[in-house]
Amino acid sequence: MASLKQLASQKEKFLGGHRACAGCAATIAARMVLTAAEQPVVVGAATGCLEVVSTIYPFSAWNVPYVHNAFENVAATMSGVEAAYRALKKKGMVEKDLRFIAFGGDGGTYDIGLQALSGMIERRHRVLYVCYNNEAYMNTGIQRSSATPRGAHTTTSPAGTEIPGKIQIRKNLTEIIIAHEPAYAAQTTIGYWNDLVTKVRKALDADGPSFINIYAPCRLGWAYVPEKTIKVSKLAVETCVWPLYEYENGKYKITVKPKEKKPITEFLNLQGRFGHLFKWRDDIPIKEYQEEVDMIWERLLKRSAQ
Amino acid sequence: MIVARTGNEAMAEAMRQINPDVVAAYPITPATEVVQLFSKFVHDGKVDTEFVPAESEHSAISACVGASSAGARVMTSTASQGLALMHEILFIAAGLRLPIVICLVNRALSSPINIHCDHSDSLASRDSGWIQIFAENTQEAYDSTIMAVKIAEKALLPAMVTTDGFIISHGMERVDMVDDAAVPKFLGTRQAKTSLLDVDNPITLGALDLQDYFFEHKRSEIDAMNNVLPIVAEVQKEFGEKFGRHYPLVDEYKMEDAEVAILAMGSTGGTGKVAVDNLREQGKKVGLVRCRIYRPFPKDAMLKAISKVKVLGITDRADTMSTMGGHLYNECRSILYDSDARPLMKNYIYGLGGRDISIEDIENIYAELYSIQKSGKVDTDIVYYGVRGE
Ligand SMILES: Cc1ncc(C[n+]2csc(CCOP(=O)(O)OP(=O)(O)O)c2C)c(N)n1
Ligand code: SF4
Ligand SMILES: [Mg+2]
Repeated sequence: MASLKQLASQKEKFLGGHRACAGCAATIAARMVLTAAEQPVVVGAATGCLEVVSTIYPFSAWNVPYVHNAFENVAATMSGVEAAYRALKKKGMVEKDLRFIAFGGDGGTYDIGLQALSGMIERRHRVLYVCYNNEAYMNTGIQRSSATPRGAHTTTSPAGTEIPGKIQIRKNLTEIIIAHEPAYAAQTTIGYWNDLVTKVRKALDADGPSFINIYAPCRLGWAYVPEKTIKVSKLAVETCVWPLYEYENGKYKITVKPKEKKPITEFLNLQGRFGHLFKWRDDIPIKEYQEEVDMIWERLLKRSAQ
Repeated sequence: MIVARTGNEAMAEAMRQINPDVVAAYPITPATEVVQLFSKFVHDGKVDTEFVPAESEHSAISACVGASSAGARVMTSTASQGLALMHEILFIAAGLRLPIVICLVNRALSSPINIHCDHSDSLASRDSGWIQIFAENTQEAYDSTIMAVKIAEKALLPAMVTTDGFIISHGMERVDMVDDAAVPKFLGTRQAKTSLLDVDNPITLGALDLQDYFFEHKRSEIDAMNNVLPIVAEVQKEFGEKFGRHYPLVDEYKMEDAEVAILAMGSTGGTGKVAVDNLREQGKKVGLVRCRIYRPFPKDAMLKAISKVKVLGITDRADTMSTMGGHLYNECRSILYDSDARPLMKNYIYGLGGRDISIEDIENIYAELYSIQKSGKVDTDIVYYGVRGE
């Protein structure tokens, strides 16, 4: 288990001074992931908030080698970097033992980059793919993605008078990745630093492709005050909206089990993106979201009990 | 060593001899064989390459960008829809100044869907910042693939070498192959100035470049393009000295005393040369100019070649959809603007979707050029040669 003191005394690999909003969890996630890494890493990022706020030329927040190619292809780009590493290591042109980390937002991962990610895992590139999941396209102004939960207001699934935000359920990407039998897969969130750090280390030690879906609250898109980022992150876990679990060698394990499972309204009512649901003509949208969360949680309990 | 090879086989053999660090590719007709043959080389241990069998061309070229950023020597192969799918990343590869080489087999872009040759695929990427070399035959495809690696690494720009789908890619020809050991010797190892794998000197690649810097960076990319032709000439010279085959920037065939000439690109250059020989036997002073390096455009060499005839027939195996004819036609009209000597010009758009162009067709075009010379005027400046109802 990592100690906070030891983590805090490391050389920073993701530096301050970048342009993220106050309270942005995406950048917190990036810093935590790099802090957790015990080996030298090479990083790739997909187009999106993290990339935009961290690399406005001539500045860079990245104190490790970093490449940004385009929006949908960070998994393919890092496949290439990792392939080059294997080729050049074989020839003795690289000596060090390196690790590779790809960062993509939910848009760059669940939607436009899903194919490239699937290919990267299927080809067994030893890359850790981190999806920092803020449940919408934030960089372009809060549009819905397939990670956006039902009920949420976004600019392309607006809270209207007839339709209360997004009406479809969100895609369960972690399960899609697990179906690829990666060397390691997990869900975590920044509010649980120890869970996150442990999972990153496990992923980087795993001999094959790994995937971590990090729930990353966005104060702008989710419409809450910046100082609530950690609280929102924790409530997602306490309500089972975002279960923390991992998958390894065919086995599921819930890594943080809430002492008492709170109703999702405690998570929803902190955020402006769900505000309209509390004024809606009936309680159906909230009820349906609660049922979905319950169903997925129950299934996870069963899978992890086996 | 003299062997019989198809264009695809010759390109795959060149790749085997180059022995790139990484190849990432995806199959598409008529380029599939290049990838297949190369996979076999990998699985038979004939190369040291890390082969990335990507799940799409978009990912293939994206992996090439990643691998090249890591300092590796990187190649891929594609055609048509595959190149179109790569389009977004072509610009990124050039903007990041990565010397990736594509073995491209020219095939018509959909729609209508077709698998045969025209140049609509490669010409649609002419503004992407890639060096583009059009081979006339299998030998040239083989030689150019080897040279392209060196040119790209010297220019710090990506390059594509193209053959004509089926005509060259599947046509068996005599090829003089260089010794296996001579190719790595000719190329040396890639000396990348920076690498993502150098963790002690971390670089940020692909930063967000806004109004205050973008233009300077783009300008320096254009400067790099400006430097390409001398590099091509130098590499071609070195190749010629080492291996005995000499390549020009612009290929001039029997142009010394030519009155009328045709400008062509790709395999039609070869067909045209046979027509030239036939007509020369009849005492006609005809010549042929072939555009071998299309990007960057060899303006001076081209001007020198085409401005000396009275009538020039410009053949284009693609249309710009501008209603102003084909690519070569537009570019040649443009370079002739400042020239005192300006031939009468007629644009022949031909061969779309693989419609055959024969020696007789080209002889017919020469006959037309002669009648233009006689009348002193061009009635229709752009024609679609060989289309029913035209
Ligand atoms: C091919 C392509 N389509 C669209 C865009 C525009 N675009 C840039 S970032 C982005 C959304 C990013 O969303 P996500 O991946 O969730 O990251 P976030 O900004 O939320 O961190 C979009 C749509 C693009 N850059 N490239
Ligand atoms: S919009 Fe959201 S994800 Fe983007 S920088 Fe701000 S808080 Fe972070
Ligand atoms: Mg997002």
